[in-house]
Parts: sequence; structure tokens; C-alpha cells
Amino acid sequence: MIPAPFDYYAPTTLDEAISLLQELGDEAKILAGGHSLLPMMKLRFASPEQLIDINNIPGLSYIKEEDGFLKIGALTKEAELEHSDTIPGKYPIFLDATKLIADPQVRNMGTIGGNLAHGDAANDHPAVMLAMRAEVVATGPEGQRTIPIDEFFYGFYMTALGETDILTEIRIPIPAAGTGNAYHKLERKVGDYATAGVAVQLTLDSEGVCTYAGIGLTNVNPTPLRAERSEQALLGNKLTEEVIAQAAQFASEDCNPSDDLRGDEEYKRAMVGVLTKRMIHKAMERAQ
Amino acid sequence: MTKEITITLNGEKQSLEVEPRLLLVHLIRENLNQTGTHIGCDTSSCGACTILVDGKSIKSCTMLAIQADGKEIITVEGLATTEGLHPIQEGFKENHGLHCGFCTPGMMMRAVELLENNPNPTEEEIRWGISGNLCRCTGYNNIVKAIQYAGAKIRGDELPSTEPEFV
Repeated sequence: MIPAPFDYYAPTTLDEAISLLQELGDEAKILAGGHSLLPMMKLRFASPEQLIDINNIPGLSYIKEEDGFLKIGALTKEAELEHSDTIPGKYPIFLDATKLIADPQVRNMGTIGGNLAHGDAANDHPAVMLAMRAEVVATGPEGQRTIPIDEFFYGFYMTALGETDILTEIRIPIPAAGTGNAYHKLERKVGDYATAGVAVQLTLDSEGVCTYAGIGLTNVNPTPLRAERSEQALLGNKLTEEVIAQAAQFASEDCNPSDDLRGDEEYKRAMVGVLTKRMIHKAMERAQ
Repeated sequence: MTKEITITLNGEKQSLEVEPRLLLVHLIRENLNQTGTHIGCDTSSCGACTILVDGKSIKSCTMLAIQADGKEIITVEGLATTEGLHPIQEGFKENHGLHCGFCTPGMMMRAVELLENNPNPTEEEIRWGISGNLCRCTGYNNIVKAIQYAGAKIRGDELPSTEPEFV
């Protein structure tokens, strides 16, 4: 399978890349890791007239804690997250997620920025980011702006990025003491998209009362979904089996999965419930 | 629109004119006639087209040739030297790590990076490590043994037995 013809640009600065976006208009696409875009181009689901390859722009790949945030450069590869020294400790959720993203070769190419900017509810990072209340930094002709993750995904493959924006950084508030997080997706085989996936982050105070709850769902809604009623069920409560069961019930009710080869709606709702329960338990263990 | 790129393929530097949409695997197989790298699924699932680009194993059906400009590429043809087989090739040979051989070049290129990062992997680490490479013949057991053998050879440890196990 061979993509339709396109013109190729490889800018070496962010300014140059943004100028190209302004000049070329909406037929131009940004190429990062390429593992969502190139398959779509090979299948002719996408035929951009121009590709702007941002891989030659230095300074967009890093993982660091700074100013109260974990900051991840948009071009950071999944494999770099997987093997980072910063990620274990407070952020085991990233290890949970990256290990389940495709396979080692794909993780050597795929980037965290691309995973989010693609706007695909089947990707794994969106749910993780929803659970952690991340912010996305978009850089455009007017400079940088930050977009809360809750305002980032707003349609099927649609994000809040403008035509001349480039996603340059992801910022995750450094979790408070007593926080635990976890992600798991049910998949039919290695490299598959999720049948259902659930990301949970919790903060428990010294009495065991939940003071923060973030729950994100993968591939059970047209857009990545935050399970807000489930979060509310946990907040301000001690996490008894009853409370957890209620949160899981809400998540399975509030998602909107569609029937496909991975399972029918009923099965997927049931799996969202099971995974929500399990991930709450795992996040609680890690919060200790 | 074509563009000139320069790549180093198995130690040999070369400049070529490429169309932007040319996939790296096609450049290697069709323009440079190095057909050891296979095309299996063509959808970045099977791993038959795995090669090393700047030391990282990648699926060359999902990278543009133009993106390889300035990079160093190693394919299965670049593994053996005048001294003999690469340890991973020896491992596959000694342990019958292949039947039809279609997945073997990609499997070996993936294993090279795996052992580079972790010369003494557990069986589980090997199985996770080759999770992006599909083999429809062997059932993987002998591939795992081949990689363990290559790891021992690279570390300079005693080589594991290559006698088949009967159960």
C-alpha cells in the first residue's frame, strides 16, 4: 500500500513549522511518529497534500518535573516514557499504559503528542490524561496557550488544536502525597485497540477519605470520556466496596460503546465496570 | 517532487533521489535490492519488515524513506561479518528458531536491539520484547531459545544446550 503523492517539508525550528502551516493551509498535516497517520495514508483514508515532518525540530523531547508539573515534550517517544527514570514512583500509570500501546517497534516511533493530537478515543493516553487533569500546550503564530484536557477532545478525531497550532508539551500536575494511579485496557491480543480501557487517579487523606478522583475511559465513547459521576461517587468518601461498586456502575452506565468485532455494547459496559473496580483498587494500593 | 537523501545502509553511505511517498521498506528492497527485509502485513502489525534505524528497531513499512535522510540503517544483510555469523544468527541456526523463515529477518533485527538494551533477559522479557513480531510456524519456543543463546554468546557466558526437549 502506497500513500497518495504529497509534498514533504522538514523544518528545523518551531517558527518555521508554524509559518509552513500558515502558508500551506488546512491540507497540510503534521508528521510526528507517523504510526497513526501513515497507516491512514496508506489506506487512503487520509490524503494530505503536504506533510510537515517535525522530527528534525530539536527540544521537543523531554520528561521533567518543573513548576509543579510533570512536563513531557510532545515528541517524546512511547519507548522513552517506558524506560524513563522519572516515570516510576509517582506515575506508574504511564508504565501501565505505554506497555500496552502497540508493540516495542511502534513504541520506538510513536510519540505522546501524536497520540493525543490524533484525537482518537481508541488511543490510550487520552484517558490517562483525563484522569490526571493534564493540560496541553499548543504553540501557534501568537505563541503558546494551554488547553485543559477537558476542553481538548471535542469530536470524532477532533481536538481543540487550530489549523496553525502544534501540540508542543503536555503538563500534568504533580500528584499530592497519598496519590495512586493505574491504567488497564482489555485487548484481544498485543497491539490491539482497547475493547475497553480505564485510567484512575486517586488521592486519599490520612483518614482514607478520597480528596481527588480522576477517571478516564478508552474506546467506549466517540470521544475520550471522563467518568464524572464515578468521580463524584468517590470524592469525600472512604472507599468501601459499596462506594467502589457504585462508581463502577456509573462508569458502565455513562459510557457509549458501540458494537464491533471486539464485543457488543452490553459486554463492553460490563467490562468498563470490572476494569473501573480493578483500577480503583490498584490506585488505592499504590496510594499507600 | 523528489528529494536527495543520504543514508548509510549496512555501513555503506549512499545518496539517492526519492519521492516523498516512497516507504523505507520499498527503498531497501526495490531500489537497493536488499531483499532480506520482508513485507508481511504492510500495516505495522507483523514485524517482518523490522530493521534498525540509528540502533532502534522500527517497522520499515511505516516509515517514509525520506525520513531516513542522514540515518544509519542496518538490515539482516548487515549482521554477519567476515568473521562469521552474528550471535543472533548463530542462535537461530543452532536452536532451529525458524521453519519457513519469513519472519526470521525481522525477528532477528528486533532481538538485536532487545539484547543491546538487556543482554540477560528473562523468558517473559523476551516474549514481551518480540510481541511485535509474528511467527506462524514455530510456536515461538525455539525463537525464545535462540535469543537466550545469543544473549549468552554476547555476554560470554556458557552456551545453553541446543538439544531439543521432548515432552
